[in-house]
Amino acid sequence: MNALREWIHRLFGSLRQGRRDKELEQELQLHLELAAEHARKRGHSPDDARRAARIQLGNVSQAMEDLRDQRGLPWLDALTSDVRFGWRQLNKHRAVSLAAILSLGLAIGATTAAFRLVDAVLLRPLPVADPGRLFVVAFTEHDPQNRLETRDDFDYPTYRQYTNVIGDRADLLVIGTTARQDIIVGNSEPEKAFRQFLSGNVFPSFGLRPALGRLLVPADDAAPGSHPVAVLSYDYWTRRFGRDPQAVGQSLRLGPQAYEVIGVAPRGFIGTEPGRMADVFVPATMNVQALNSPGWSWFRLWVRPKPGVAPSEIQQLLQTAFTEEHQQRAKTLPGETPRDSIDAYLKERIELLPAGSGASGMQTTFRRPLMILGGLVVLVLLIACANVANLLIAQAMTRGREMALRVSIGADRWRLIRLLLIESALLAVLATIVGTIFGWWSAPFIISMLAPAEDPVRMVLDPDWRALAFAIALTTVVTGLFGLAPAVRASSFTPITALKGGSDPRGHRRLMDALIGAQMAFCVFVLFIAALFVATFTRLLNQPLGFSHDHALVIDTEARGRPEPTESWMQIVDNLRQVPGVQAAAIASWALLSENRWSGTIFIPGRPPETRPAYFLETAPGFFDAMQIGMVQGRDFRSGDPAPQVDQQNQPIAGLAIVNEAFARVYFDGQNPVGQKVSIRPRNIVYAPVEIVGLVRDAAYFAVREPMRPTLYVPLGPRNNASLIVRTSGDPLMLAATLRQQIATLRPDLRIQVGRMSGLVSRQMLRERLLATLSSFFAVVALLLASIGLYGVLNYGVVQRRREIGVRMALGARAVHVARGVTREMVLIVTVGAVIGLAGGLGFGRVVERLLFQVRAVDPLVVLAPLCALAAAAAVAALPPILRAVRIDPAQTLRAE
Amino acid sequence: MTDIDTKALDRELKKGSAELLILSLLEAQPRHGYDLSKLIRTRSGGKLIFHIDSLYPLLYRLEERAWIKGMWVERAGERRRRVYRLTAEGRRVLSRQRKTWAAFVEAVRLVTGDGHA
Repeated sequence: MNALREWIHRLFGSLRQGRRDKELEQELQLHLELAAEHARKRGHSPDDARRAARIQLGNVSQAMEDLRDQRGLPWLDALTSDVRFGWRQLNKHRAVSLAAILSLGLAIGATTAAFRLVDAVLLRPLPVADPGRLFVVAFTEHDPQNRLETRDDFDYPTYRQYTNVIGDRADLLVIGTTARQDIIVGNSEPEKAFRQFLSGNVFPSFGLRPALGRLLVPADDAAPGSHPVAVLSYDYWTRRFGRDPQAVGQSLRLGPQAYEVIGVAPRGFIGTEPGRMADVFVPATMNVQALNSPGWSWFRLWVRPKPGVAPSEIQQLLQTAFTEEHQQRAKTLPGETPRDSIDAYLKERIELLPAGSGASGMQTTFRRPLMILGGLVVLVLLIACANVANLLIAQAMTRGREMALRVSIGADRWRLIRLLLIESALLAVLATIVGTIFGWWSAPFIISMLAPAEDPVRMVLDPDWRALAFAIALTTVVTGLFGLAPAVRASSFTPITALKGGSDPRGHRRLMDALIGAQMAFCVFVLFIAALFVATFTRLLNQPLGFSHDHALVIDTEARGRPEPTESWMQIVDNLRQVPGVQAAAIASWALLSENRWSGTIFIPGRPPETRPAYFLETAPGFFDAMQIGMVQGRDFRSGDPAPQVDQQNQPIAGLAIVNEAFARVYFDGQNPVGQKVSIRPRNIVYAPVEIVGLVRDAAYFAVREPMRPTLYVPLGPRNNASLIVRTSGDPLMLAATLRQQIATLRPDLRIQVGRMSGLVSRQMLRERLLATLSSFFAVVALLLASIGLYGVLNYGVVQRRREIGVRMALGARAVHVARGVTREMVLIVTVGAVIGLAGGLGFGRVVERLLFQVRAVDPLVVLAPLCALAAAAAVAALPPILRAVRIDPAQTLRAE
Repeated sequence: MTDIDTKALDRELKKGSAELLILSLLEAQPRHGYDLSKLIRTRSGGKLIFHIDSLYPLLYRLEERAWIKGMWVERAGERRRRVYRLTAEGRRVLSRQRKTWAAFVEAVRLVTGDGHA
């Protein structure tokens, strides 16, 4: 306590120095005068008395100095004066300081934005009790290409089974995927809100307390459909209800179901999916239809092991149940299923993934891209640091005499290093301020690129102590990175070297050259990675889709209640065809590339069973015309064409089908399949025969990245949801309102959602677009910074060697020789740097391989593009110093000598 | 005893007891710096002399610890002086230090007294 009090006292002492110094002087003066007076009283003359007092009392200036040191904080006093001096230095070299601050600021801004993004998507812990003990259950599964993928969506029967398996060893939580849904509050118009189903044990297990009313409890979730209650998120309560306490007790309608609001979740809790903010939480058992539907996967399964229970114990229990179920299912697989497939199926595993930072599809999609972009940002930052280091080294050369003078009046080396580091720290702090503003401004822009405009990402980006800690750490590291080397070099000046005309310039040049080499290597690396991503994005954009998405709308419709017969769907389509501006309209179970898929196996009579799956899609007459998918052979569906199905006795009823060229290639060796019969298993129940009546061109079905897959189109059967495809002559969105009204007039009970078809395509390329855009931006910044760095060092070299160049020119050297002399070393350094950077890039190409599309790291274009860009930038950077060198007037230089 | 560096011992003892001396002198009444140095010299018979380069740093240190409090006092016909007085905290510290010092002296007496008895 005493120590703290003393420290605070000293801190104040440091801050109000002037007044205390005066008081101290007065006090010591008084002491001397009293002592002299005393001596006078003893008979000394006034002069003798004063002298005697001084001798007797000791060294006044020493006392003053000791007291100053003791009264204040000497290090703080020294620091303050160093900061003042550093500030004056920065002001003195304004152009250099400004260049350093801006280039560093840009890099720091990019780093800050990247950190905010990585933090928001991947790192920020959920605001719940002990997030480190939360896990998400995931399982491995073989996809149609037989690649192992990890999934984390479950159906409710599995949840019931696992609850029995785990017993009271852990909380098993159902957390639905956050879905955008129509919501009607009271009697207002329908709006959109994000709904999340939660089991009743989620809020208690998360240790959350309500901001208002109460939260969901296990009793709310006890019986199917029994508790239509809802909890609002604090954010939604604020936005929609203006924090009105009367919100509790109000009624709201989500889809067909009415709910009563019972409370508001605590501030800060916005669900469990980074990238999505849940607005309304409702009991999982209110999703009544899904509760007894095996295979209807609609939630993630979270686990919180009870204290003392290891997560591995839970994993083991779930694995046993999972394997047993697989073994049971394996017995029901068709006899002809290959042994390898069965073995692979039985080896699928359950995993518990840490979920303290939430779990979302966005994390899965963007984890790797964000880490890569974070890495590129760090390289850009290093380039900026190297730049500033070179600027400071060049500046330090001109301060040789100042440093030598400081040494000669007693400054030690550490003191000089500290002085220079403080200057660097000032630069870094200013650059961090510039960068933070830039980062704060740019992060939301980057986030907008993570999702399509019609379904934007919503995430928490509030600054917190982590952002502050990151900024402080970044400033410190950056100061060390660019400030330390120049400070150590500059502090090595001695009076003797200064008298000789400065220190060894070669020593400085070596350091500067090394930094330039590193800059070039980093720059080429960033350029190379950017070239890979840009090439990937370009190829995806140019990937033939097989249909046209220009001037087309997709209207997703959903009927409440029973499946609608085909005729009533077709009535809507016919109605839309009459709207002026509509060129074509059609209907399908869902739109191509809408991320829905129905895949299954084909059986061709007289051949062994097929293991290669095909895609299926229900369509109606006019679909291929509206999609602009070319008909190769046969005919389109006609009204009344039957779909393959089963009757009430589960007996198959034959239907018709149209197939694509990939189907003909895979199953009929490229022969015309029209007129052939195959069997399919709709919903995997029984095989139903279909006759192929048409052959159409290939069209992308599920993903743009996929090769064209065999696809079999069947006539649309009764459904309660479908997608209308409308092709227009002008801007399709101009017609959206008219079409919406047309449908509403005809069928007011339908829920509809309108979007551009091109939106479905761009949604598939979000990751590639993000990577291409940001890596290109970083590449441009890296190139710009590296060029500035190169220019700075070349220019410095010319200034240093002005006398030598002048003498050479006086002796008859021609301009081309001078230019070669100025740039020779630098060409070598740039080449070595570029080779190292390229080698690094090629090595790293493997890491990013999975993110590439039809691009390989060794593609000549991808390798040449960064080298050409660097060569061009280096040439531009070298031009002014070369011109400066060849314009040196030998006569003037010699006169100066 | 003659082998021991008496100057060094003297320095250490002074350092340890300097705080106690100042606090003790201020216990009875507030005093200024010169007054304190004069009292120490006269009362110790000239054996203890505090130069200003050790007296004032000590006073400031005690003030930082809030054991004493200094303030400027102006009286008619007198020079403006900075007078130090003991604080409540200082009084508690003084009482503690006195006990410690007494215990120390007693312990030294027991050791040296027995040895010479």
